[in-house]
Amino acid sequence: MKKTDVIIIGAGPVGLFAVHQLGIKGLNAVVIDNLDKVGGQCIELYPDKPIYDIPAVPECTGEELTTRLLEQIKPFKTEILLSERVEELREEKTNWVVKTNNKKEFIAPNVMIAGGVGSFEPRKISLKEAEKLEGKSVFYSVRNKEQFKNKKISIFGGGDSALDWALELSKFSKITLVHRREEFRGAQHTLSEIKKLEKEGKVSIKTPCQIVSLDNERDLKSITIKFDDGKTEKIPTDVMLGFFGLIMKLGPIAEWGLNMNKKTIEVNPENFETNKKGIFAAGDICSYPGKLKLILSGFHEVALASVECFKRARPNEKYRFEFTTSSKTIKDRLGKK
Amino acid sequence: MPKITYKDTQGISKTIEVENGLSVMEGAIQNEIPGIDADCGGSMACATCHVYVDDKWFDKIPKAEDAEVDMIDMAFEPKKNSRLSCQIMVSDELDGLEVTTPEKQT
Repeated sequence: MKKTDVIIIGAGPVGLFAVHQLGIKGLNAVVIDNLDKVGGQCIELYPDKPIYDIPAVPECTGEELTTRLLEQIKPFKTEILLSERVEELREEKTNWVVKTNNKKEFIAPNVMIAGGVGSFEPRKISLKEAEKLEGKSVFYSVRNKEQFKNKKISIFGGGDSALDWALELSKFSKITLVHRREEFRGAQHTLSEIKKLEKEGKVSIKTPCQIVSLDNERDLKSITIKFDDGKTEKIPTDVMLGFFGLIMKLGPIAEWGLNMNKKTIEVNPENFETNKKGIFAAGDICSYPGKLKLILSGFHEVALASVECFKRARPNEKYRFEFTTSSKTIKDRLGKK
Repeated sequence: MPKITYKDTQGISKTIEVENGLSVMEGAIQNEIPGIDADCGGSMACATCHVYVDDKWFDKIPKAEDAEVDMIDMAFEPKKNSRLSCQIMVSDELDGLEVTTPEKQT
């Protein structure tokens, strides 16, 4: 079990900035996120869309914001655990122990929940048979593309994941790409490559249509899709890949006995502490009178919360408010002269 | 005030008066209409306020922007008449609007 000062749940912009605010106060942290990359909603939902309301940054994309935050917290050499989901929280005297799905454990006097709207999980199709076939012939992500060699694959979705995998897997498999509308929102150059493959007969594109049924005995044999005009078509299929985007689920956090308001956690707006001492919530996941779900609000929230974290992590030291511009201690921590 | 009718897939409907300028999503949340989650709070960053707009109304409401249509791809069982209710603004012209909430949002 690893000991630290603050366990941060969520590697979105607010979780990352928390590392900074804690770091300049001399506190160590570890960050845990369910996604396989940092950035949270900024990376998952709008990596290339502009944000206009970060103070002093007139315009930047979700990806740029994430890159800059990573740069800003680099001096603190904080461990960031990705593809790891926080499962359990338990109290141990004045500390909290957090356990992940991979059985990693951390202990700290403080836990900072910066979990946004919860963890991202792929949206699954709601057909009953899909559940039975999941992991065998129905997939929502590609872990090992070898298993999809020389198969008849039907790919669903209109975003980059659907297009990228259609292109990649078409190198060694027969691909049918199915989307509910004519327009694909994924990168247009990928789409034009796929259209080229369609002409060569390597990929077939079916739009606008949706899945009606999976036809299987033990294994998947075919799928039936329905076009907007009511026509149906049976497509021989060994493997179905669904990329219907991500949904956000609060998950185990909802079971931790924190005061909740719908899907958000109630906090004291003086220090962003929840009803449990040493557990804080900041960013989209917290609620208090007047709360705005803005990145800049999250930044403010972690700044205030970090002061309370300091008091709990260093009970014998006095907290001194300092400016980064003039404090020698902070400059040392940032590795600046 | 315009009246908006929210139906669910079971056919249970509730008609409420929603103030002009609010979104159909806000009207639902303020009146505790089940079936609309609105996780992101109306910023078009999720698809959990997804509704099906009654056919006779679909063409009368302002068309969805690209970003909304993209987001609807991620909704639960989107159809041709799918919209995000946070993007439909209530006005006198929409008096009588009927929307159906999907079986579930997530």
